Amino acid sequence: MAILDTTGGLDTTAGELHEEHHHGPAKGIGRWLFTTNHKDIGSLYLWFSLLMFLTGGVMALLIRAELFQPGLQLVEPGFFNQMTTMHGLIMVFGAVMPAFVGLANWMIPMMIGAPDMALPRMNNWSFWILPFAFAMLVSTLFMDGGAPNFGWTFYAPLSTTYAPPSVTYFIFAIHIMGASSIMGAINIIATILNMRAPGMTMMKLPLFVWSWLITAFLLIAVMPVLAGVVTMMLMDIHFGTSFFNAAGGGDPVLFQHVFWFFGHPEVYIMILPAFGIISQIIPTFSRKKLFGYASMVYATASIAILSFLVWAHHMFTVGLPLVGELFFMFATMLIAVPTGVKVFNWVATMFRGSLTFETPMLFAIAFVVLFTIGGFSGLMLAIAPVDFQYHDTYFVVAHFHYVLVPGAIFSIMAAVYFWLPKWTGHQLNETLGKLHFWLSFIGVNITFFPMHFIGLAGMPRRIPDYALQFADFNMVASIGAFIFGFSQLLFVWNVIQNVRSGEKASAQVWEGAEGLEWTVDSPAPYHTFSTPPKVD
Amino acid sequence: MSLQRANRRLITRLLLAAVLMFGFGFALVPLYDVFCRVTGLNGKITNTGPVEQTAIDEQRQIKVRLIGVNNEGMPWRFGPIDSLVSVNPGEMRQTAFQATNPTGRSMVAQAIPSVAPGEAAQYLHKVNCFCFNSQTLAAGESVDMPLLFVIDAELPEHIHSITLSYTLFDISPDKTASRSEETQMGGSRI
Repeated sequence: MAILDTTGGLDTTAGELHEEHHHGPAKGIGRWLFTTNHKDIGSLYLWFSLLMFLTGGVMALLIRAELFQPGLQLVEPGFFNQMTTMHGLIMVFGAVMPAFVGLANWMIPMMIGAPDMALPRMNNWSFWILPFAFAMLVSTLFMDGGAPNFGWTFYAPLSTTYAPPSVTYFIFAIHIMGASSIMGAINIIATILNMRAPGMTMMKLPLFVWSWLITAFLLIAVMPVLAGVVTMMLMDIHFGTSFFNAAGGGDPVLFQHVFWFFGHPEVYIMILPAFGIISQIIPTFSRKKLFGYASMVYATASIAILSFLVWAHHMFTVGLPLVGELFFMFATMLIAVPTGVKVFNWVATMFRGSLTFETPMLFAIAFVVLFTIGGFSGLMLAIAPVDFQYHDTYFVVAHFHYVLVPGAIFSIMAAVYFWLPKWTGHQLNETLGKLHFWLSFIGVNITFFPMHFIGLAGMPRRIPDYALQFADFNMVASIGAFIFGFSQLLFVWNVIQNVRSGEKASAQVWEGAEGLEWTVDSPAPYHTFSTPPKVD
Repeated sequence: MSLQRANRRLITRLLLAAVLMFGFGFALVPLYDVFCRVTGLNGKITNTGPVEQTAIDEQRQIKVRLIGVNNEGMPWRFGPIDSLVSVNPGEMRQTAFQATNPTGRSMVAQAIPSVAPGEAAQYLHKVNCFCFNSQTLAAGESVDMPLLFVIDAELPEHIHSITLSYTLFDISPDKTASRSEETQMGGSRI
C-alpha cells in the first residue's frame, strides 16, 4: 500500500518513459518496432496471434481435407504428421497464448488504473522475439527431412532418436517462446502488484486481472520446466546424454512425466484468462454484479494449485501402479469442484438479470455451454479404467478441442468484440458479428461433436487414413471444419472494417459496462491514467 | 519504498523463481529415480553387488522367467540359456544369457533389465550381471554372459513368479552417425 500512496512516484515513471512522445504515437514502422506503449504492444500481440490462428487454421483444414474420405488422397502420411504437429504447436503457443498476453497488455493497465505496464522496455522485447521463434518453427517445413512430425507433445524417443534433423530448430523456437512468456508473466505480475491505482485493493480487481495474475504465476512455474525438457532433448540428440534413452540408462516415460508436469498447468494457462474474460462479459450484459466474486477468485486459485497434482492423468496407460492411477484419477475429478463453482456463478449471474444478446454475450454464453461439455468429457477421461479405452482416440481430440476452440478461442473472440469499440472508437457491426457467431457456433459443433462418437468407436488420433466405418462422421466433421474455418474470414473482415470506420462509440460503449476501462474515451487515448484515478 | 525499487525486488524474485523451476525440471530426473527406488516402481533393480548368505527357504519355490529381447534394429542373436528357472528364496543361482554377433563388424551392446511385477524388483538381488557393463563382440563372435542372483527371503507371500527381462541396445560408437544418415534418407523419401 505504501507504494500506492506515493502517487508522485507513479507520475515520474510514466513521465520518464514517454518523454519523447507525449503527444501520441511515433510515425512509421518505428512506432511498432520500438514502442513501449502497452496499447501498441497489445495490438501487436493480437495481430500476431490472428496471423498464427489463420496459419494453424490452414493446417487444420489440410488435416480435415485429408480425412474427408478414407484412404490417402491429398498428402503423404509423413506430411500429415507434420501438419498435426505444427497445427498443435502454432495454435497453443502462437495463437492462444499470445492472444491472452495481448489482451492483458491492452486491458490490465486500464483496468487497474495504471499508466502502462511496469516494465515497458521488456514488454517490447517479449513481443518482438516471438516472430523470430515462429519464423524458425515454420521454416522447418521447408527443411530436409521436413518439419517436426512427432505431435505437439513431442514424446521421446519420437522427438529424439527418430526425429527429423529440424528438431533442433523446434527446440530453439520453444526456448524463445518460453523466454517471451516468462518475460510477459513477470511484467504482468509486477504491473498488478505494484501499479494499481490508490484504492484498488486486491479484492476489487476485475476478474480478468485476477485470472491473469494467477496465470502469470503458473507461467513462471512451468515454462522453465518446458525449457528444461527441451534442453534435455537437445542434450540427448547432440551431446550424447541419455535422459530419455533407455540404452544409456534413461527412461522415455520420464519424458512424459516432465512434459506433463509442464503440460497440465499449460492447459490452465490457456483457460484461466478465458474464465476471467467471461466473468467480465456476463455481468455486463446481465446488468448485474458478478455472482460470488470472492468464490471466483478462490476457485481460480484452487484450479491453479490442483493443476500441479494431476499431470499423470495424461499417462494412465504407461503402466502406473494402482495407487498412482487412483491418486491422479481422484485429484483430477477434484478439479471439477472449483470449475463447477465457476459455471454455477456464471449461470447465477445471468439468473434474473436483464439479459441482452450482443455478439460478445453470445460468445460468452456459448463458452459456458460448450466449455462445460468439454469439461464433462474431461471427467470421463479422468476415470482411469475407462481411459484405457479412450486413450489416444478421437474422443481425446473431441475433448480438448471443445475446451480450446469454443473455450479459449471463443473467449478471445468474445473479448475482442467486447473491447474492440474501446480500442478503435467505433461501434461494433452487430449483424456481421452475429453472423460470425452463428456460423462459428454451428461449425464448431459439427466439427467436434461427431469426434466423440468416432473416438468411442475406436478411431485413433494422428492418422491420415482410417477404417471404413468411420467414414460418415469424418465427412461430417470435415464439412463442419470448413464452415468454421471460412467463417473466421468474417471475423477478420469485421475487425478490419471496425478499425477503419464505423459509428462513433461512447466511453461507456455497453450499457451495463462497469470498470475503469470504460471511464476513458473510445478510442482509448494513447496514454491513459498518467494521473492515477481514485477508486472507491 | 519507491515504485522502481519495488519493481526491481519483485522482478529479482520472479526471475529467481523461474531459474529455480528450470533447475527443478532437471532435478526431476534424479527425483524420478529416487522415487522409483523407494517405491520399487518401474521394475528397476537397485540391489547389486556382493550379498550376505542368508538361510535358504526350502518351503517356497519361485519361478523366475528369463526373457531376452532385441531393441529395434539390433541384429544380435540374444536369449537366455534356460528360459525358466526355479529357485528357493535365499539361494544363490547362476545362469547365463547367450549372445552372438552375426554381423561382419565389431559391435557394442548394452542390456537394460526390467522386472515384473515391479513390486518384486527390490527383492531381486543381482550379485553379478552382464548388464553391469557393456558387451563388445567381434564379427561373428559368440559369448555366454553370466547372471548371478539371489531372491530375498523377505519376498512377499503372494509373489510366486518373477519375470526378468533384458532388452539389448546397440551402442556401437559408429552407430549414431549411421542412424542420422538413415533418418535423413527416410526423411527425404517423405
